[in-house]
Amino acid sequence: MQVPILKQGPYLIATVQSALTDDDLKQLRDTLVDQISQVRARGVIVDVTALDVIDSFATRTLRDVAHMIRLRGAETVIVGIQPEVAFSMVKLGLTLEGVATSLDLEEGLRYLQRSSKGKVQEHEGRPHR
Amino acid sequence: MSSSRDLATTSRSQPRVETTASALRELVAHLRQQRAQLREEWARLITEAKLLTAMTKEEIFAEATSVYDNYVEALETGTYEALQTYARNLSERIIPRGVETHEVVGIVLLLRDVLARSLFAKYHEDFTELNRILDAYEPAANRIAITVAVGFVQERERIIREQQEAIRELSTPVLQVRERLLILPIIGVIDPQRARQLTEQLLRGIRTNRAKVVVLDITGVPYIDSPVANHLVQTVEAARLLGATVIVTGLSPEIAQTLVNIGVDLGKMNTVGDLQGGIEEAERLLGYKVVLTREPAGEPA
Repeated sequence: MQVPILKQGPYLIATVQSALTDDDLKQLRDTLVDQISQVRARGVIVDVTALDVIDSFATRTLRDVAHMIRLRGAETVIVGIQPEVAFSMVKLGLTLEGVATSLDLEEGLRYLQRSSKGKVQEHEGRPHR
Repeated sequence: MSSSRDLATTSRSQPRVETTASALRELVAHLRQQRAQLREEWARLITEAKLLTAMTKEEIFAEATSVYDNYVEALETGTYEALQTYARNLSERIIPRGVETHEVVGIVLLLRDVLARSLFAKYHEDFTELNRILDAYEPAANRIAITVAVGFVQERERIIREQQEAIRELSTPVLQVRERLLILPIIGVIDPQRARQLTEQLLRGIRTNRAKVVVLDITGVPYIDSPVANHLVQTVEAARLLGATVIVTGLSPEIAQTLVNIGVDLGKMNTVGDLQGGIEEAERLLGYKVVLTREPAGEPA
């Protein structure tokens, strides 16, 4: 099951639509990290609203995605974690440390807009956009 | 229904179903005939035994009448559904008035006693006949007593469950004070079950109100044990996964001690001294600025 990745302005949005195997996850990671520079995206949103289980491998992969994307100069936010999923993740010690999370897609977009606005101001005159 | 009664009888006296049935018929006829008198006697005994003190004499008499009729009917038909329903209705009416279990059991046993006495009086000359009637009467009377007592206790338990539910609902309110800002004031001891419920309410509240910041005020919580403390920390982390920040306010020295003992990561916990400070911090995070538009109303002239 491939995860569709859409480009929306300066952001990439990956919406997970059903449970993913480990291979699917790895593929998602590679595609995202690869595409980020192709489309010169400034942020990535991974929407996991449809997932009712997020296991340790998925958590680790998501964290890896976030860290790799940061190294490639963009930001990642994970959105749509269900309340029950969130609590069972925490129970298992999977806290997605150092990764931004938001309630849903809308919040995630707002988060990226706010944080990249800051970035643009910081690096004023940056040719990009 | 009737099979258990028949079994009990056949095992003791030789003649079978017809005897029991005819004995019961005779019994029911007798009880119908003596209705007024026996009912009177029963009501008198209830008052004498100081049962159902929460009710007036007239009420006792009225209830006694319908219990009596239901009782005789159950004896006659051998079915207990009607009696069960009646017992439940009765319990529903009398429990709020503070009637105790022992009273309900007491009055049913009294009735059993009154009826048995009347049977003794009627058949005391013919011992075999008395035996035959009692063989039919006793098992049925026992079932009736059990049915009524169980009905009462079940009703009571239902009420207790309902109340527990209500208390639990009330114990963790989730209040929105500003857009995207929730407060959860917690008062009283947090046991594991309440902790679970708290987590559920908080996470669900974040979702439904689209909250960004939650102030969890535990000023009213005297202490927590370490499992609950851990649970609290986990709740804070889970809220972050939903994109919300939790600010915990009003930690007592004991709770602070517990949290330090379990080695909580202070980088993850956002704590502020009191509720006011917590709300101010939350407003700051949300970008609100509270401005005084004019001086508060002056002192009384």
